[in-house]
Amino acid sequence: MAKRIVEIAAHDTTMPQIPGVQQHGNILLAKLEDLVRWGRVNSLWPLTFGLACCAIEMMSTVSARFDISRFGSEVFRPSPRQADVMIVAGRVSKKMGPVLRQLYDQMPNPKWVISMGACASCGGVFNNYAILQGVDQIVPVDVYVPGCPPSPDALLYGLLQLQRKIRQQHRGMLIELAPLKREEVASR
Amino acid sequence: MITQVAKRFVKTVLPLAQGLSITFRHQPPFQSPITVEYPEQKRPMYPRARWRHVLRRYDNGLERCIGCSLCAGACPARCIYVEAAENTDENRYSPGERYAKRYEINMLRCIFCGYCQEACPTGAIVLRDDYELADYHRSDFIYTKEMLLEPIPEPEKE
Repeated sequence: MAKRIVEIAAHDTTMPQIPGVQQHGNILLAKLEDLVRWGRVNSLWPLTFGLACCAIEMMSTVSARFDISRFGSEVFRPSPRQADVMIVAGRVSKKMGPVLRQLYDQMPNPKWVISMGACASCGGVFNNYAILQGVDQIVPVDVYVPGCPPSPDALLYGLLQLQRKIRQQHRGMLIELAPLKREEVASR
Repeated sequence: MITQVAKRFVKTVLPLAQGLSITFRHQPPFQSPITVEYPEQKRPMYPRARWRHVLRRYDNGLERCIGCSLCAGACPARCIYVEAAENTDENRYSPGERYAKRYEINMLRCIFCGYCQEACPTGAIVLRDDYELADYHRSDFIYTKEMLLEPIPEPEKE
């Protein structure tokens, strides 16, 4: 990827420090890559998608006490076309699987998946014919959050783990226009 | 005329002030913000919080676990695997006849119900309050005995 330097005039001197970014007065100097990644990390919009009791904990994560908006993730989008991260909160039945995959396919790239709770991650106590034994059988999962259900703090920790992962990612793609091929998705 | 104005005042402004007083009572000068600034500041856990498992030891450093598999039997998610082996006098891990050679918990499948803690006859497995368990790969969630065991307690200095 070309190491392009862009100059951006920032009118807000209270801008937080970004690693790899030089700040002199009102001018920010940064690699475009770093800047885009910084934007991605701090505006992970989740999809409004709850499947079971984990969704209740997900809702309470948005509330004032835990306040997921401190990490830029408060904007729960009802449409998958505007979402960045899918929090699979709850057990996925085999009937729900194709729906979940379709929602994932409709999300624009780049996209991430947090598998919240024991049921979404591997079936949990529901080791039976009706429940999918792990949502990673149908979508690539980035972060697993164990718990039954995970407390809001645990989900926030999962989100921080995801942010850490995105920050360290050197995927070499600044903007992904074409949807990823199946092999690329599998290799993630 | 004046009585009418007074009546209207009582009817409209007073209830409004009453309602707003509740609003203002829950604002900064009277009440501090309730947000827990999570990564920097952690919410105190309740004494009976059930999160990450810990295998305890006796004060002399011997393991409490005797490899009886009662925890594995009690587990509704079937996420515990115990393989027991015999203690010998040269190779002693626990005070009883047997000890757990392998002790694995699948943290992903675990539902943190605490039945293992209830079933344990020696109080070896307990659930403590570390909830920061999220990780990137499925294979990272098989917690082995080495990860679960408490460090050997330091002998008290005299």
